[in-house]
This record gives sequence, structure tokens and C-alpha cells, in this order.
Amino acid sequence: MSVTTPAVAADGLGVRFGRTHALRDCTFALPSGRISALVGPNGAGKTTLMHVAAGLLSPTAGSLTVWGETPGTYGAPEGMAFVSQAKPLYKRFTVTDMMRVGRKLNTRWDTDLADKLVAEAGIDPARRVGALSAGQRTRVALVLALARRPRLVVLDEPFADLDPLARTDTMKVLMRATADDGLTVLLSSHVIAELEDICDHLLLTARGGVHLDGDIDTIVDEHHIAVGPAGALPFTPDAVVEVLPAPRQTTVMLRGAAPGTPGWEFTRPRLEDVVMAHLRRMSTDGREVAA
Amino acid sequence: MIRFRIERRAGAPPYRQLIQQVKQAVRLGRLEPGDRLPTAREVVADTAINPNTVFKAYRALEAEGLVEARAGVGTFVRKTLGAVAVDTPLRSELADWLRRARAEGLTFEDVEALMKDTLDSQFGRETDT
Repeated sequence: MSVTTPAVAADGLGVRFGRTHALRDCTFALPSGRISALVGPNGAGKTTLMHVAAGLLSPTAGSLTVWGETPGTYGAPEGMAFVSQAKPLYKRFTVTDMMRVGRKLNTRWDTDLADKLVAEAGIDPARRVGALSAGQRTRVALVLALARRPRLVVLDEPFADLDPLARTDTMKVLMRATADDGLTVLLSSHVIAELEDICDHLLLTARGGVHLDGDIDTIVDEHHIAVGPAGALPFTPDAVVEVLPAPRQTTVMLRGAAPGTPGWEFTRPRLEDVVMAHLRRMSTDGREVAA
Repeated sequence: MIRFRIERRAGAPPYRQLIQQVKQAVRLGRLEPGDRLPTAREVVADTAINPNTVFKAYRALEAEGLVEARAGVGTFVRKTLGAVAVDTPLRSELADWLRRARAEGLTFEDVEALMKDTLDSQFGRETDT
């Protein structure tokens, strides 16, 4: 993997609302041209982080930059598109009206692409936004984002209210834009299982901090599920992420320890297993996970 | 041209599944030297996986010397793997053997287990991908 300018970089980023820290001392770098997953429990600061990147919120500590520049206070910077969870569309507008709004409000707007994406979605442009299904509204919001020809798209829970078919179709649109234009994507989701196929970089947040930040294959490869006898663990405490004891056997999530301990069986976890183990560990003992 | 399919529940990450499927197709002669692999765009249209995963798999295959990327044209198979043609006599002998196994009441899983165990003992437990 070549070293390039990060698309989004944060250094000691903090956002405080009154006495509540939504984000605290976050440092990470999201690589360009990649699809990054922002994962974390509710209240982890995912939406806050995206709002800072979109220029909708200013940090109260540290900094966040998008391709080296600080997002302004007038919304999404040029070259960046943000699709919020609420997908704000005017319900009484038709799809054609929404596209016209997009064209008027943006200096850069690809009319041909917008028309093509709406047609592909099988949406009648004369229909009112309020009459569309959740899946169709997501597609319209995505068209509005992609027609700006951004280099970076930030999506907050884009698949949350979609059925499996609409979800796959939406993913395809996004993946194709990445294949065609080398788009950089940051998306948040609760459904970790589906992220393994479409994302290659992970940013795991919890309690306002960053706990894992790296290439997904690399992160998964350095974890092992070990199953062995009950009793004392033959692993160094630093390597143990989580222990699930049972009367006769123990299951351990290990990080970084080389497998090959006699009497123990090692298997490769899925991304979901790794993320869940880290999240459970953080919620039970609040210890910091060395990232 | 081959079409990839991604097994969502499989333990192997998508890029390893792609590598495995290219090798399998080359081994069975479904892909021959000079054949073009699907572009990232084509794979994405089929599977909705991350195009970077496709690039990663192709880079790994290129590093092994199995394929080569030609700028602006595509990724092409460079050589053959093993010597298993689809119509080899070994295949029909294997089919005969499998028919006998079924006639004797062995299930798919029985045959698979027997096969794996025999493979392990004959080849000394080497697993690729």
C-alpha cells in the first residue's frame, strides 16, 4: 500500500457540548481512495465526527483536516459530499425538482450522471419525494451527493432503513463510483457483518475516542480465536482482548500472539467477531485498548 | 471470462476468495494464458464488493506471476497452473470412483471428509490461498 496524503486526518480532535465530551483526543488518518467504516456503539461520537468533517461543527480541541484543509463553516467543502442520516429532502418536491435544486446550489454538478443514476434506480422523476420508499429516498440522496463529483463522500448510516435488496443496490452504486473515479468513502453503520465486503479500512470509536484505526484485513489477520482448556491462560495479558470462560473450555480473542500453543486450537475470526470483542471489552471494564 | 461469487458466510476474506477462484479457474483450464480477468467495475457490478478488494487480489496474483496488468487494457492470465485439464482421464476415473462411493451409500460429507484426509496424507498437509 503506497503512502499517500490522508483524505481525512484528525490530531487530538475534541468536541465538547457543555460538560459532555462527544469526542476526546481523537487521532487518526483515513487513506485516500479507500472505503472506511466508522463503527462504534450509540453515543460513540460517530455523527459528531462526520459533522466536523462536513464543516457543520467546529472542534473545541485539536484539529481535523480534509485533504490538508480545515472544513469551513459553510457546510461541506468543495470536493466533499455529506449524506446525513436524516437525508434531508423536500417532501413536496418532485425528484426532478430536487435535481434542479442540486444543480443550482452547486458550482460543480454533473447533470448527465444525475439523470443516469435516477434512471438506473428505476425512479419516476415526476414523483414527489414524500411518495418514495425509504430505499428510493436513499438513492435520491446518493444521486445528489455523487452528481457533485466529489472526491470524498461521507455517509451517516446510509443503509439503516433499507431492505436487503435496496441495500445491495445502494452499495453497488457506491462501489461502482469508487471503481470509476477512485472515490474515497467514509460510512458509518451498525451492521458490521456487511461492512467486511465493502470496506477496507476500519475506524472503531467508543466513548468519544478512537480504539482501532487500520486496514481491515491487517486488523483481522492479527487476531485469532483460541479455544483451549479451562484454567490459567498460556498467553501474555497484553495479547488477550477478551476471555469467554466455560466449565470445560475457554475461548479467547487474541491480538498479535503467534498461534501454536499446544492444546489450543486457533481459527481466523470474522471482522464482526473482532469488533464485538473490542466493544464488549470497552463496555465492561472501560480499559483503553492499545490501538 | 469468469464470474466471481463471494461467499458471505465463508471464513476467508473476499480478496482471498477472489484469488482462490482465479487459481481454480486456471487450474481447470477455464482460464488460459492471454485471457482477461474481469475489470474491477465488472466484479463490482456482479458482487457489490469493494473494488479495492479486487485490486488487492489482482496485485497478489501479479506478485505471484500468475497474471499481468497491462496499463489501460486490463489484467491478463500469464501462465497455466498444474496440469489438470477439464477432460483429463483422471477426471473420469475420479467420477467412476465417486459413482461407486455413492452406490455404497456415502454422503457428500462422507466423501469430502475421506477426500480431505487422503489428500492430507498424500500431499503432506499443504494448503494454499
